[in-house]
Amino acid sequence: MSQEEQSLKNEWPLWEVFVRSKNGLEHRHFGSLHAVDAEMALQHARDVYTRRMEGVSIWVVESKQITASDPAQQTAYFEPAQDKIYRHPTFYELPEGVKNM
Amino acid sequence: MRTSQQKKQMPYPQDDGPVGLIYGLADSSLILAQRLSELTGHGPSLEVDMGLTNIALDLFGQVRLYYQYAAELLADGRTEDDLAFLRTEREFRSVLLAEQPNTDFAYTLTRQFLYDHFHFLMLKELQRSKDNTLAGIATKGIKEVAYHKVYTSDWIERLGDGTEESHRRVQKAVLDLWPYTQELFYKTEADKKMIEQGIGVDFERLKAPYYKAVTTVLKQARLKVPEVAYFQKGGKEGVHTEHMGHLLATMQYMQRTYPGMEW
Amino acid sequence: MSEQEQMRERSLEEEFTKRIAQDEKIEPKDWMPQRYRQMNIRQISQHAHSEIVGMLPEGNWITRAPSLLRKVTLLAKVQDEAGHGLYLYSAAETLGISRDEMYEQMLCGKAKYSSIFNYPTLTWADIGAIGWLVDGAAIVNQVSLTHTSYGPYARAMVRICKEESFHQRQGYQIMYKMANGTPEQKAMAQDALNRWWWPSLMMFGPRDAESTHTDQSMAWKIKIKSNDTLRQMFVDQAVPQADILGLRIPDPHLRYNPETAHYEFGAIDWEEFWQVVKGHGICNKQRLADKNKAWKEGEWVRKAAVAYAEKQAKKRVRKAG
Repeated sequence: MSQEEQSLKNEWPLWEVFVRSKNGLEHRHFGSLHAVDAEMALQHARDVYTRRMEGVSIWVVESKQITASDPAQQTAYFEPAQDKIYRHPTFYELPEGVKNM
Repeated sequence: MRTSQQKKQMPYPQDDGPVGLIYGLADSSLILAQRLSELTGHGPSLEVDMGLTNIALDLFGQVRLYYQYAAELLADGRTEDDLAFLRTEREFRSVLLAEQPNTDFAYTLTRQFLYDHFHFLMLKELQRSKDNTLAGIATKGIKEVAYHKVYTSDWIERLGDGTEESHRRVQKAVLDLWPYTQELFYKTEADKKMIEQGIGVDFERLKAPYYKAVTTVLKQARLKVPEVAYFQKGGKEGVHTEHMGHLLATMQYMQRTYPGMEW
Repeated sequence: MSEQEQMRERSLEEEFTKRIAQDEKIEPKDWMPQRYRQMNIRQISQHAHSEIVGMLPEGNWITRAPSLLRKVTLLAKVQDEAGHGLYLYSAAETLGISRDEMYEQMLCGKAKYSSIFNYPTLTWADIGAIGWLVDGAAIVNQVSLTHTSYGPYARAMVRICKEESFHQRQGYQIMYKMANGTPEQKAMAQDALNRWWWPSLMMFGPRDAESTHTDQSMAWKIKIKSNDTLRQMFVDQAVPQADILGLRIPDPHLRYNPETAHYEFGAIDWEEFWQVVKGHGICNKQRLADKNKAWKEGEWVRKAAVAYAEKQAKKRVRKAG
């Protein structure tokens, strides 16, 4: 193993960080960082991403655990929803005077 | 009679009131934070660099609160900065542990770990001080120190139970720094007086829980708990190791070079 | 590549160009031309290296800051730079290169970082001048990059711009205090401005006519504004700020042109620029030596953490089994 490969082998795995900025809101993707395990990833997330009171709760997940949809499948995945406008309330016209709907 | 003689020999008489107590509480944090801040930009990884800097920022923040309060009590026109930058080596009441250099990451980490556990127990007691300002500073500080303690304890475990090299390095740091731990519980005249008044912290009572807490972490990290016959002390009476003068020369450079200027 | 593959590649590239033209963002898993990927890696990692190496000249004064307040603000600022490097490396990592790989390219001198950090910080006023001018110049560039076409890069820029807003003020306040202090302090402030002004203008890179990567980079919206445009924006901002300080910008040719509503400025010493870019600035060797030392001394720590995590994982498996 070359020195470079050896050093890359020691690279800490990549994690994704999700932060809830206050109770009542969902966790949102904030960014990534490197850590050897979940405990360390949480500490690093706290130290890196919540220095300005950005959060009250943190999730971390190792990046390789995330399965993403394939952009090549984008049309098959997402375009079929485009013509289903009946799923939106604006599709339905209401007679004048109807309230609370 | 003996006391007065001692006082004559001491060029820098210890303030044995609340200000003396505050120096004893705050100076160690200042010196430790100064040591940590030397490392900004030189850490083993970006994340760890930021973590250690957070600890330094917490400590500097606490020091400012203590010194602002001391300046208020002194009421002689001195400011928080005068207390940090214009006192001499013999006037600093920090423990010897704090000024020990950043020999390597193991030393930095172990030094911090050994202080954090004391710091946590100390602030827990100080929260009950009859002095509301000090109790308030402790209540704010303990949240920060609770994190420091976990952070450094986790690292002690990682290094102790990591590779052969990390084990060897951290074991050496623990052995070398252990003799400085007992001074954490040393009581100055100011401490004793303030304890009597219900303001200070009786460090002596923290000793047993302290050694229990740190040895638990060391054992978990597969590290040997040192057995030392001789402990070092002096810092809290202003008698420091040779490292201290250099640290202060750097830290106080601006105030000494440009006296009386504001920045 | 077969003819069929080439055709497919061409049509993908056409579609890609169309998306860029419509201001659509490109995301990590999207198809992108190899060159777009490479140019982004190059630009983002250089940007990250600049943040990381940029910690050193300012870090040089953390231990000597003149007040506790100045010390914590400088410390927080330098720490932010580590964070910004981290965000940027993360953005580049989505393009399929690891942080350590990029980092090692910087350490061996193969990858570039902003030349400004190869100048020394000699007095406390330099910390003021860096915050005011160097961060000021960086912000001009970074604000424009919030509109860059690669999604992760643009998002990193938004976060960085938000955090950096205090950096320039921190520096300007230092300058202001000194410019209004004792004659000695004012002289130090002027001296710092004299030394940092021209290198700050050089931060925007060579003139547009001589910039090798500009055309393609702007076509793909990796870069949004040209070097000369950004430089002019910076000068227009900085001159009135210097006036308020009561300091003199060291350029006898500097004058306001009411017709263009811009400040005209004198010739930049490009020879000096290239000397520093090519590694012969006064601090090039020292900066790289410092970063290499920290990286090397940290190696056993990084290894230990990996070894520890592996042991713990094995223990968990054994327990579960």
